[in-house]
Amino acid sequence: MRRLLEITLESNSFIVESAETARDGLRIAANHPPDLIILDLGLPDETGHSVLKKLREWYTKPVIILSVQSNEEDIVAALDNGANDYLVKPFRTGELLARIRSALRISIADEQNTVVDAGNLQIDLAARMVRKNNETVKLTATEYKLLSLLAQHEGKVLTHQYLLREVWGPGYINQSQYLRVFIAQLRKKIELDANRPQYLITESGVGYRFISGK
Amino acid sequence: MLQRLTKLSSFSQFLISIALVVLAAAGCFTVSAYIDHRVVALILLLTVSLIAIVFDIVPVLTAATLSALIWNFFFIQPKFTFHIGTAEDAFLFLMYFVIALINGVLTNRIRRSEQLVREKEKKEKTVKLYNTLLNSLSHELKTPIAAIIGATDNLLSDSSGLSEENKKQLVEEISIASLRLNQQVENLLSMSRLESGFIAPKKDWVDMNELVYNVINRLENALKNHKIQISIEENLPYYKLDYGLMEQVLYNLLYNASIYTPPYTEIQIHVKNNADKIYKLDLDIHDQRRIRTETNFLVITVEDRGPGFPPEEIGKVFEKFYRLSNARTGGTGLGLSIVKGFVESHNGTVTLENVPHGARFTIEIPAEISHINNLKNE
Repeated sequence: MRRLLEITLESNSFIVESAETARDGLRIAANHPPDLIILDLGLPDETGHSVLKKLREWYTKPVIILSVQSNEEDIVAALDNGANDYLVKPFRTGELLARIRSALRISIADEQNTVVDAGNLQIDLAARMVRKNNETVKLTATEYKLLSLLAQHEGKVLTHQYLLREVWGPGYINQSQYLRVFIAQLRKKIELDANRPQYLITESGVGYRFISGK
Repeated sequence: MLQRLTKLSSFSQFLISIALVVLAAAGCFTVSAYIDHRVVALILLLTVSLIAIVFDIVPVLTAATLSALIWNFFFIQPKFTFHIGTAEDAFLFLMYFVIALINGVLTNRIRRSEQLVREKEKKEKTVKLYNTLLNSLSHELKTPIAAIIGATDNLLSDSSGLSEENKKQLVEEISIASLRLNQQVENLLSMSRLESGFIAPKKDWVDMNELVYNVINRLENALKNHKIQISIEENLPYYKLDYGLMEQVLYNLLYNASIYTPPYTEIQIHVKNNADKIYKLDLDIHDQRRIRTETNFLVITVEDRGPGFPPEEIGKVFEKFYRLSNARTGGTGLGLSIVKGFVESHNGTVTLENVPHGARFTIEIPAEISHINNLKNE
């Protein structure tokens, strides 16, 4: 897996350093802080969660975790502990590269990009306006709040609990029905086909992600 | 019938043995004027043998002892005493006792060993069945692995004999085989979870619209040659379900429909709410919660225009590893048993019936619902 990832990444113009154990990984990261870390939750000497916590004590750049399916709890826990995104093994190379690029883009463009451009859809965060096919889309305050939050973290998965907490408040983290309703409503308003969403993607069991397609 | 008798409880066996002995003795007694006490002995021995054929050792021994005593008391001179008149009769009595006991024990032994033989046969049958299934599973897993090894060997050994086109095709083969293998491993893992009994659905609000379309989009490729008709009831409530498990359920049903029904035929998915069966589930130990929750039945049907199922096999298709007798090779027979397992972990039911020109799977799950119309949106 390591060799495979190295090849994949190098052939896509990334410079890669890898480690087999948590200890080595942490050491390498500390010596040459990378722009992004890919962390497998199933390391031999330490749990991925523990490594993540240690990293997050000083590392502020993106961390993408690798996990296996049917381990959504682990994934959500990692995201809550500061991982930026996740991939489920086995994953397609295309997805890996997309997530890496998106995570890097977000970290580089930390100064607020005030307009999110997603082809037919534009979200102007400064003016609080959303346009679809150049026509203004009317959104309620809550709908806008949800959409803008996702759009600001374009490409990154936001967990159900995070969205509920940020948009509705800490008391709502177990009221996921609100999230469902509003995502459905948003999709009806901004997607070409609400049943085949391009922008607001469901990450089963984990959360939602806004993709601009760029 | 004999099987049923052997399974009676010890107490019943006791009673019946004693009753039989008493009856036989009583019968003999009524005609004791015409038959000799030695004949009675044989009749009683016969009775004990018959009892030994069906019952366990302890009732049999009891019957043997009882019959000996009854024989002594009621039939040997002097009658109505345990005292035995002649030496010959005393010897007879002793022999009777011994023979009754031996008889009882022997017949019992024969019964035991016959039982063992039957169990052994049954076990062998199960082992044989298991081996057949293992073979089929083995085939399902090893075939794509073989494709991968074959293709990689080719690519690794010198490729001067391979054209670019060839190489590309080999790589495609590897890709297809890997995905197939992944699918089978997923099935096995699901099966494993079900077997272990550790399926605790993690329930959260599910938008059925989203779930159904999500699965259909995932199966876009497999379903591309079929006409998919989706009808989801308007204003369907949100149900508290395990998204991942339900996704797998729908995925398996639709995947099966795509491969087992002829191309260009229709596959219909209906989702509706059944409020007629409203009842309150004991979802929480706190009484308040119990009163406030309301459950309805989520009803999902997946219908196809395929060949249908042979009526005698309908009950069995949900069994692990079961493949229809006319099934094409490929497929592990796990898909439907996973569907059943996951649905049942939600306390739901899944049934199959043939419909004119096809088949229909119906899933009914009692689940907590949410009245979304009450949510504030401003």
